[in-house]
Order: sequence, then structure tokens, then C-alpha cells
Amino acid sequence: MINNDFSTPPYFLRERTSVTRVMLQVLLALLPGIAAYVWQIGPAIIVQLLIASVTALIGEALMLVVRGKALGLFLSDGSALVTAWLIALAFPPLAPWWIVVVGTLCAIVIAKQLYGGLGQNPFNPAMIAFAVCIVSFPALMSQWPALGLQLSFAEQWQIIAGLAPRVDALSGATPLDALKTALKLGDTPADVPTLLATQDVFGNFAGRGWEWVTAGYLLGGLWLWQRQIISWHAPAGFIGGLSLLAGLLWLWNPLQFANPLFHLFSGGSLLGAFFIVTDPVSGCTTPRGKLIFGFAAGLLAYLIRVFGGYPDGVAFSVLLMNLCVPLIDMYSQPPIFGMKKSK
Amino acid sequence: MLQKLFKFKGGVKPQTHKAMSVQASIGEAPLCERYYVPLHQSIGGKANPVVSVGQQVRKGQLLGAADGWVSAAVHAPTSGIVVAIEEYVAAHPSGLPTLSVVLAADGRDEWIDRQPVDYSRLAPERVRELLRDAGVVGLGGAVFPSHAKLTAAKNLPVEHLVINGAECEPFMTCDDLLMRERAEDIVRGSAIFRELLGARQVLIGIEDNKPEAVAAMQAAVTRLGEDYDVVAVPTRYPAGGAKQLIRVLTGKEVPASRRSTDLAVQCFNVATAYTAYRALAHGEPVTSRIVTLTGNVEQARNWDVRLGTPMRAAMTLAQPRADTQQYLMGGPMMGFEIPDLAAPVVKATNCLIAGKPAMFPPPPPEMPCIRCGACAEACPHELQPFELYWFARARNFGKTQEYYIFDCIECGCCSYVCPSHIPLVQYFRFAKSEIWAREREKQAADAAKARFEWRNAREEREAAEKAERLAKAAASRPAKPASSPTVASPAPVVAAVETAAPEVVSTAVAKSDANPAAATADPTPTDAESIKRATIVAAMERAKAQRAAVQPKNTSQLTAEQAKEIAAIDARRKAVAADKQATADDGGVADKP
Repeated sequence: MINNDFSTPPYFLRERTSVTRVMLQVLLALLPGIAAYVWQIGPAIIVQLLIASVTALIGEALMLVVRGKALGLFLSDGSALVTAWLIALAFPPLAPWWIVVVGTLCAIVIAKQLYGGLGQNPFNPAMIAFAVCIVSFPALMSQWPALGLQLSFAEQWQIIAGLAPRVDALSGATPLDALKTALKLGDTPADVPTLLATQDVFGNFAGRGWEWVTAGYLLGGLWLWQRQIISWHAPAGFIGGLSLLAGLLWLWNPLQFANPLFHLFSGGSLLGAFFIVTDPVSGCTTPRGKLIFGFAAGLLAYLIRVFGGYPDGVAFSVLLMNLCVPLIDMYSQPPIFGMKKSK
Repeated sequence: MLQKLFKFKGGVKPQTHKAMSVQASIGEAPLCERYYVPLHQSIGGKANPVVSVGQQVRKGQLLGAADGWVSAAVHAPTSGIVVAIEEYVAAHPSGLPTLSVVLAADGRDEWIDRQPVDYSRLAPERVRELLRDAGVVGLGGAVFPSHAKLTAAKNLPVEHLVINGAECEPFMTCDDLLMRERAEDIVRGSAIFRELLGARQVLIGIEDNKPEAVAAMQAAVTRLGEDYDVVAVPTRYPAGGAKQLIRVLTGKEVPASRRSTDLAVQCFNVATAYTAYRALAHGEPVTSRIVTLTGNVEQARNWDVRLGTPMRAAMTLAQPRADTQQYLMGGPMMGFEIPDLAAPVVKATNCLIAGKPAMFPPPPPEMPCIRCGACAEACPHELQPFELYWFARARNFGKTQEYYIFDCIECGCCSYVCPSHIPLVQYFRFAKSEIWAREREKQAADAAKARFEWRNAREEREAAEKAERLAKAAASRPAKPASSPTVASPAPVVAAVETAAPEVVSTAVAKSDANPAAATADPTPTDAESIKRATIVAAMERAKAQRAAVQPKNTSQLTAEQAKEIAAIDARRKAVAADKQATADDGGVADKP
């Protein structure tokens, strides 16, 4: 009669949804990007995905046992796999296996489980992995396979496993890095349009090959949005922030700064926009908060990748913004039903 | 439809399961042997029993009278004999008992002398009283006394009267069938509400999955020549929530902190309008209601069930299948599992659902919140349920109020969409009840404190008054010998003081005599104080004398044993007194002559 009892379940119907389903859809959404990766960069990424996945599951299982949590329930939620895949995709494809293992363990054991496990981590675990590894092993984390490097799957596997020497041809640079290096340290004065047109590492509008991979992420991200797994706010904010700064500087001096399109399709921009800043656990929750969070992360990512010392800025920008989440959430609470001002 | 519709945010679209119970018309539930009519069937005060055990009552006879304004009467569902007024299991998730009138039906089902009234000629206050005494309450499930909602806000005429036929809960079809079959009475009842509120426009909102009801209501409105708008609203749970329907039909949003009449709108359920009309125009108080009996049953159907019918007897009409394991009262979104089928059908019982695990599977294990925000998107009140959940879990109830927990209508949309299967509504109920409990405690503590402070203030005031009185008397006494030493007839009050403790007063006077100039009718502050002290001591002495003067009573018929005992006690007392005296003398602080 009067609902003041909370001891009996008040709800008997549920939507067919679960954490596992949400996580599986995120994994599915990564497949177009992974397919493009295999096609354009090489099948080594499959090995890295496997290494990261196995490490993540083992790390998660060990921590769950130590913490006395339900093993099957939490191991099957799929969240560790999402973290693992994001790590593998963010790391150089021919990075030695142990770097991936170290990164994944950092993410799962420290950034996730030590903070309380699923739903409790203030920082994006995959980005913690990236940050830890790029600070600890800057050289190895900056070795991206040079383009045109024709290696068989076996050879790639041997390089990852440390059975083959890490030849010089491995130490290419990402398009972002190549551009920055050429502009800063180039012997001859160069301008961006010339570099983009002449250097082998650049493709139609961004990095050769990589532009396809990021297009794959875009596709998956849009699907997630269509499935209502993510809202448009955080990606729009991120793309907006990155494009705004890139666009302003490009308009101001197109010889020194690449255009926004290049930045969007280079490095981890779109992976970040659709799969990292949309992480519900470490990100903002209110619509306005998500916009602010994404926008600021976009701005910071640009600043770090263009003016900072690291090849890309997504990881650090996201981690910095993770710190601001409670504050942004608190100040961006939407007005509730019947409390809107414009009435 | 020319009516412009608005949208409310959030909401969910569960499967409706309504088709199974709309095949047959409303059935008349047969009489059963015993009825258990709870006296508390509405929000507000519990009705007070006005019948006695053994009394013969007729159908519609008052069993419990409304207690206060926000309360509603309850009536006999049939004629028979009151066999008990006792605690009986309630239609409540707790299954706790509540005071109920147990009625043994005599099978004649005789009505009381029904007296239809011409409500249009009565004063509005009188109509509201009649509704209260007829037990008319919100039959959508909230059971709020209707008469208490039928007053427009001061200085603000009601713009829209919303009649709620949305019925958004899955399985439930009682309002649907009522609209199909008794549309005219609903429209007439709406007219009563409209008149009482002075509403400009009447909007009847019905979810568009009930085209038959929409057509029936439209036809009734046309037939009766009313200008009401019958509006089909999009089917989306909880479109039948009063605030959601008001929003959809008028665009107005009523927050928890305001009454809907403050926004010039009021909302009633169709069944409420129906009972209001029956109560006034036919003199029939609310003795039964339409109940949907559905779910895992052979014959899902709506029945007109007398209030107080044991749910088991009611459910028999639908023939539950053998694998039924649970029964729900209300819909599956906001209803609850009935702990005991012996509980009676009450005014809030709009639907009884037989369930089996395949229909309502037990909830999967609760996972941690991943802050995905699905609940916030589903919340029709645009709250942040996951934030409320964190705060409720942390028992940070202040924060839950900052995040508007009392705007939560417990519709269950958040729990419905939660991928972590968190029973969010339960957390909110927990937080609300904790806040209420604390509020009650605080109020009790505040009241106790106020009482204590009031008593202290009173005692201080009385003591001061007494002291002042005595001081005046005492002050007038020493003044007299100074001015006219020969006069030896002091005022009676002074005499009393003197006889009680002459030496003390004289001490005080002697003290004040140290400054002879001051020992006049106008004493200095120091004198006033010493006089006051003196008078207090005097009063104490007097009290002591009075205590000493008390003689034991009932001493004439003592047994020898008792007399012996008393003698022993007296001897002991004397010894103690002598002892005390000796000690006092030794110390040389004799305060007594």
C-alpha cells in the first residue's frame, strides 16, 4: 500500500542487459579498427592482443582471489578484456612481449584492482599502462615499424618474443612523431604541407596505413553510439577540442601546424575519442560534464602531442582529466524534472 | 487530435502483457464467507472503527470513520456480522498485521439506505466531506484521499484537470476495462472534480495501446455533451505517473517540492472519478474495486472485487496454473511480492499477478556500478540515480537530499535498465526511510528539549515570582518598626512568615539594619538580595515544619507486628536525628535553635 519497505525486490522486469553485454559490444566495436590494423600494419597486433588478454585475465583472476571476490562473476564481465585490447592497440605493434605484460599488469593490478576493482578505478587503466611504459621505456615505446617493412608473421612473432634482434628498420616513427621531428630537428627548413606531400610516412590525409586504422575506430565508435552504449557528448567534446586548437593554429600558420584532419586521424585521437574518454568508470557522467571532459582532454592531447616531448598526448590528457572528474560532475549536475529555470 | 503533446525524458518500454486480460468483460466476483477490511486503506490517518463486535452491518455501512482531513472512511463490502476487530495480515510487502474489521457475510448482500445527493446544489466543502466519508481515494495505486486534492491553490484557478487513464504498468488492464465499460460514469465523475476545482479544461490521457478505451471515452464525452479532450498519449512507461501525464498533456513539470495545484493543474485516476460519481449520484461508498487477475493463470480477467476479499479467494477466480510460485500486487515495475495470500484486497490492489520464475526470473547477482549513466537516461525525473545510489550506500543521506532523492517516484526505470542489476529503488527507499526516521527522532528530541526548557523557564519564573512576593512582604515589615515602632499589628502575610521562621527574618532584618538608612520601605539591591535569601530560607523552614507536622494515617487498625515494626523504625529515626543534632552541635554550626 504505502511503499516504505525496501526488503523485497520492487522490480520484477529487467532489460536484457548486463555488464558483460556492454563490454562485449565495446570489444565488437573495436573489430573494424583491428581488421584495418592487421590489413595495413601487420598481423602482429593479433599476437599483442592475445598477450594482453591472457595477462589481463591472469592478473585479474589473481587479484580477485587475493581480494576474496567472486572469480567467475568478475572474470566474465569482460572489462579486463576491454582494458587489454586498448593497451595492445595503444602500444607499438612490435613492442617486446614483456612490455605489454608489464603495462597490462600495471593496468589491471594497480590501476584497477588495487583501487577496488570494477567500477572503482579513478584512472583509465589502459592509459595508466601506456603512461607507465612510455615513461619507463621511452625508447622501446617509440619504436614503431617503419613503413614498407615487409616481415612475415613468423618474423614479427620472433621480434615480439625477443628471439630476433630488433633491427633498425623497426625504429620508425609514428606520423605524428615524424612530423614533429622533421619540424624541430630537420636539417633543412621544412614546412608541413611539403612534408606531408613528400614523406613516405604520410598517406592521403594522415599517416599512411594508420588513417585506415583510425577510420576503423571511427566506424566502431559510431556503432557504439548508435547502440546507445556511449553518448555523443564525450567524443564530440574530444574531437571538438582537438580540432579547435589544431584548426586555430593551422589557420594562423599552416606551414608550421598540420591541419585538424591530420590530427584527428593520427595517433590515438579517434581511439581516444570513442573508446577512452567514453570510459564510464573514469570519465564524467553528466551530459555537460562529458562534453567538458572530452573537450579539455582534446585540448590537452593536442598541446602535449604538438608541444610536449611525447609522441602522443591522449594518455596524459585523459589521466589529467580523470583527476578533474569529481569536480566537473559536481558542477555540471543537470536540472531535474520541474526544476528547470527556463519555464 | 489538436492537442499538442509534450515529452517527458527517460522512461522505458517493457513488454506490456496486457492482451491476455482484456478478452473478457469485467466479472462480478461472487460473495465469499469472510471479509477482512483493513481500517487503514489510504494515505494519512487510519480510520477509527465505529462498529462493535457482534454488530449486524449492511453493505456500504461505515466501518471506520475518517481520522482527520487527510484520511478516508472504510465501509462494509457486504451485509453481515462483525465477528472481530483485530490485527490481520496486511496487503503490504512486510506482511505485518494491521487493524481490520472481520465481517462474516450473511449472503443477503443488503445495501444500506443509499442516498444520492444533488452535488451541484451542495457547498463544495460539503461535497468534499461526502467524498471523504464515502472513502473515495486515488485508485491508481497511491490511495491518496481524493477530497484533499480537490481544492484549488489560493489566487490561482486550476487550468487543467487531467484524468489519468494511461495505465502504463505492464499486465494491468483494470482502468482499460473500466473505461471501455463504464466510460459515462467516469466522465460524470470528472465533471464533479472539474466543478470542485473550477478547472478550465479537462484532459483525459490514455496510452495509445488502448484504442478501445480511447474510443469509448471519446464516445461518452460526446454523448454527455462535454468539451473534454480525450488524448491518446505515446505508450512509454511511466506515462501513467501523474507527473509524467501532466507533463505530456500540459507541458508542466511538477517537482516534489510543489503541489500540482500551485501550477494550476490537478490529476485524478479514471477509477477515482468513477467512484466519486457513484458515491455522490448513487450514494454508494467505495466497497469494491476493479482488480486485474492475470499472469500465469488459466483465465486472466478483470473482476469487480469487494474490498476485504482474501487474495487467495480472489485469485481462485483466475485459476492460477500449478507452477505458480509467487504473487505480485500491482504491476511488475512498482508492485511487490505478496508474502501471504491471506491478505485482503484493498483500495490499492489494482492488479494481482501470478508469477513463475520463467516470467519473473530472480535478479542476477548485483555487480558494482560502472557509472554508465543508463539509469540517468531512463529516469523520468531526470535524476542521477547512480549518484543517489553511491550516497545512499555510503549513508550520506544529506547528499542524497541535495541530489533530490525525494523527487524519486520509485518507478523502477533505473533498476530496469541497470546493466549491473543493482536494485536501485531499494537503495532509495532505504535512504528515504532512514531520512524519515532521523527526522522523526530529531523532532522528538527537539520537542523534548523544548519541553525541558519550557519547564525550567516556568519553574524559574514561579520561583522568582514567589521570592518577589515574599520579598515585598518582608521588606514592608522592617520598614514598619522604623517608621512607627509602636504599631504591633503586622500584615497577615508578614505574620505568616514570622510564625514560620521568625528568627531567620529577624536575622535578615538585622543584616539590613547594618545600614539603617537602607532599612526603609525602599531597600537597596543588597538588601533586596538578602531579603530574598531570607525569604527562601523561611520558605524552606516552613516546608520542613509542614513535613514534620505530617502525622501517619491509617494507624487505627494495625496488627501487632506492624506496630512493632513502626516502633522500631521510629526508634531508628530518633536515633539518627539525635546523632545529627550531636554532630551539628559539635561542629558549632547550629542553624536551629
